[in-house]
Amino acid sequence: MAFGPHLLLATLEGLVTAAVLALTALGLSLVFGVMRIVNVAHGEFFMLGAVLAWAVATALGTHPALGFVAALIVAPLVVGSVALLSERLVLRRLNYDPEATIVATIGLLYIIQQLALSFYGPEARPVTPPFSYRVLLPWFGYSGYKLSVIAASALLLIATWLVLTRTKIGLVMRATQYDREMAQAFAIPVERVYAGVFALGAMLAATAAVLIVPISQAHYLMGQDPLLLSFIVVIIGGLGSLRGTVVAALLIGLSDGIISMFFSPTLAKLIATLAVAMVLVFRPQGLFGTTAR
Amino acid sequence: MTEASTARVYGLHAAVVAVLFALNFLLPDYHHGLFARILVLATFAMGYNLLFGYAGLLSLGHAMFFAAGLYGSGLAITYLGFGVPAAFIAGLVCGALLALVVGLLALRTSGVAFMIVTMMFAQALLLTIVYFNQWTGGDQGLVLQQASRIVTIGNASVDLTVPTVRYVAALVLFAVVLFATLAIVRSRFGRVLVAIRENEERTRMLGYDTFANKLAAIVLSGVFCAAAGAAYALLFGYVGSNFASVQYSILPLLWVLAGGAATTLGPLIGTLFIYYVTDIASSYTSAWLLIVGVALILLVLFAPKGILGAVRKRWIRWLP
Repeated sequence: MAFGPHLLLATLEGLVTAAVLALTALGLSLVFGVMRIVNVAHGEFFMLGAVLAWAVATALGTHPALGFVAALIVAPLVVGSVALLSERLVLRRLNYDPEATIVATIGLLYIIQQLALSFYGPEARPVTPPFSYRVLLPWFGYSGYKLSVIAASALLLIATWLVLTRTKIGLVMRATQYDREMAQAFAIPVERVYAGVFALGAMLAATAAVLIVPISQAHYLMGQDPLLLSFIVVIIGGLGSLRGTVVAALLIGLSDGIISMFFSPTLAKLIATLAVAMVLVFRPQGLFGTTAR
Repeated sequence: MTEASTARVYGLHAAVVAVLFALNFLLPDYHHGLFARILVLATFAMGYNLLFGYAGLLSLGHAMFFAAGLYGSGLAITYLGFGVPAAFIAGLVCGALLALVVGLLALRTSGVAFMIVTMMFAQALLLTIVYFNQWTGGDQGLVLQQASRIVTIGNASVDLTVPTVRYVAALVLFAVVLFATLAIVRSRFGRVLVAIRENEERTRMLGYDTFANKLAAIVLSGVFCAAAGAAYALLFGYVGSNFASVQYSILPLLWVLAGGAATTLGPLIGTLFIYYVTDIASSYTSAWLLIVGVALILLVLFAPKGILGAVRKRWIRWLP
């Protein structure tokens, strides 16, 4: 294959990565922005979504499309409830102290990972894509499902943006993010907003995982890379900036796809990791963020 | 501080070291081996405690300093043919340099950003180790030959692979770092660190250079952790990328939290406690990660000051 088509393939692969990454990172960014806490267990919510997708699709055992749609509904709901439960039982009692929350979510990470290993096992298992249409380009055929993942993710991102900017729920969330105490003084139920945001963040991660699982298989350790990459995206994009998150996800996804195609995946991750550390050191508010209040 | 209380504090620490030395002759084989490992890991935890407990800087990347010591000495032995003392010093130098560079960069941030930056640097080191797997052995790691782990001083030779020698060597390292920590904590420098933890702005206003003090704390902490890493490589003869993973950044945090942050003996108690809990648990179930997770959440919910922290608050107020 010539360089041009090779680059196109790398770009397409990068776009799929970017699409899934943007959804996952958006979940982390919302939690980070509104609640001012770092959820280290975010990657495990992603993994849980993928594992549940496999479980639902296998349990139904009917047509792949039906199983996939069921998974797309059930997995985020279950993951959202798990997140809600841990928010109620643990995070609220810690009064969202940043350092204590990190320690607690690390604990949550281990618990979810171990439960997945015990009940799901160490194997990587595939989920059949809902359809197997191939788009024929002049140089190579490309999976239609991968293209639809990009489209679905774009739709979800637009929907989240509309909710954040055009609805009352979004307004309340932004008010809480802007000034927690003032929001409380204006009778906004801050605790309920926090619980909702935490669950929503987890659900976004789970949805992203269900979308990716027909492409890469479900595995109990699959949460680690998305966590790290989401951190990278959130930091480069700037806290709580939706536009920044999407742009950074595109940047990271594309460069990851292209560098791993032409060089080595480890080198791609190494460069991204160091780049982020440097962004944080020299521009702590991110590339698009405004200075933290 | 009166002389009586100084004698009491040093007496207590000397007594702990003496008990650990006596255990060398008393412990059955299995626990003897376990204790040697715990002493080295407790040294790692003490290095972490200096930064987290006293200076109040929560790092999520301390595995990199342990790994710097581990690989610094392991690679020096494997490829440069260093002897044991030279390799140990090579490990310390690697840890100190890494801590200096990371400190200079990471200290520009604070709070959550500091945690993430340290985590990123640790991840970058892990990826570097994996990337150069031709030399580092990647996740397979390297095994140091027994012949390269014998120290010859004059005519006498000390074989670090003999269990008793290994135990005593680990104890010497532990004791040196324990008394160094004690001396630091009771010095002016140690008090400044605590002041920074409690209120950095006010400390700066009082005329202290908080950046320089924090940098010194990171470098000292890095050197202690690198010493533990180098000792681990030399005593147990194995160097692997697993020790640079996120898990080994979390474990010292867990040990210190369990034992009690900002207590000199807390890291030892915490490491002993968590190590034995997971050891006993893993003989019943393979789900030991679950226990670590539950322990972390319970600790942070119900005992944020750890075992010795609670003891100090209730009974023994003079505990350093």
